[in-house]
Amino acid sequence: NSSILIPSPPLSSISNTITHKQTPKMPFKRYVEIGRVALVNYGKDYGKLVVIVDVVDQNRALVDAPDMVRGQMNFKRLTLTDITIDIPRVPKKKTLIEAMEKADVKNKWESSSWGRKLIVQKRRASLNDFDRFKLMLAKIKRSGVIKQELAKLKKENAS
Amino acid sequence: MAAKRKTPVKTRNPDLIRGVGKYSRSKMYHKRGLWAIKAKNGGAFPRHDPKPKAPAAAEKPPKFYPAEDVKKPLLNKRKPKPTKLRASITPGTVLILLAGRFMGKRVVFLKQLTSGLLLVTGPFKINGVPLRRVNQSYVIATSTKVDISGVIVDKFDDKYFAKEVEKRKKKTEGEFFEAEKEDKKKLPEDKKEDQKAVDASLIKSIEGVPDLKAYLAARFSLKSGMKPHELVF
Repeated sequence: NSSILIPSPPLSSISNTITHKQTPKMPFKRYVEIGRVALVNYGKDYGKLVVIVDVVDQNRALVDAPDMVRGQMNFKRLTLTDITIDIPRVPKKKTLIEAMEKADVKNKWESSSWGRKLIVQKRRASLNDFDRFKLMLAKIKRSGVIKQELAKLKKENAS
Repeated sequence: MAAKRKTPVKTRNPDLIRGVGKYSRSKMYHKRGLWAIKAKNGGAFPRHDPKPKAPAAAEKPPKFYPAEDVKKPLLNKRKPKPTKLRASITPGTVLILLAGRFMGKRVVFLKQLTSGLLLVTGPFKINGVPLRRVNQSYVIATSTKVDISGVIVDKFDDKYFAKEVEKRKKKTEGEFFEAEKEDKKKLPEDKKEDQKAVDASLIKSIEGVPDLKAYLAARFSLKSGMKPHELVF
């Protein structure tokens, strides 16, 4: 769900302007804008959270992150998230990092359900053979407890 | 030849560039002290006459000349290098056996033998794998390590595992038609004792880690959805 910002109408009619946030029901919720946090879904930086700091043209954005060199990326390589931060166009790295701290991007991401899912996926992929064995034992134990409770409830229901 | 020096001399003539020394012939003559050797020997360079050689035994002509010249096979002075042990395999690593009777069993690595094979043990009481040799290529090394400090493995080498050579008895006519008597080969008691000794301290350290004993007792198998190239062992 992504779309480019609708260009705003000429300055003379500012009072009557309808900003993109006031338009009647739009099918898009996440917009490409300066400050939009996106997840890289293809390429060398796969899985990283980056911030859109400028738009190059219809297909590409200038993208920056605290641990990477600022560079261009095709929109097709990005998946927009719900998080935005307040930055001027193409900020210095220091400003970018400060703005990310202020908006608390890391915690917002890791507490979002999308972010949590990714963390779980990473954890599962990094499991040891021994860890997988312990996981199997834990699953069996848990389902045993659940089945016991279920049996109890069934018995109560039957009687 | 004159007596050799214990350490070879570093050249006294450093290279300015490759092929051009710093000092000329005459300078080098002086640096090497050849004038001193000459002076010590009364003006001439010392000569050592070759020692008189013992008379060589008379060579007999060979008894047999092959009809065509036989080619001698080329000399092979190759010394095979010891098998390189994978960096992930250290003493105490849990290995997964991939082939043979104990396929899928998780086993503890003890040491690499001189033949290159790996010495492993179940431990026997846990999963039935005795002290055994296993090839590195048929093994997956997991990242799980067991504390192996209490185990003494010095007495085990390739000779320990060599097959017993049986002496074949000559059969008389009558016995020839009897079915060959096969007594079941019993494991000698000392091998059993060795197994127990190695496993004793191993089992103690294994029981110290929760679930490790059950882990070693279970076999590994690929289940639905497991992608071996994506699994972390």
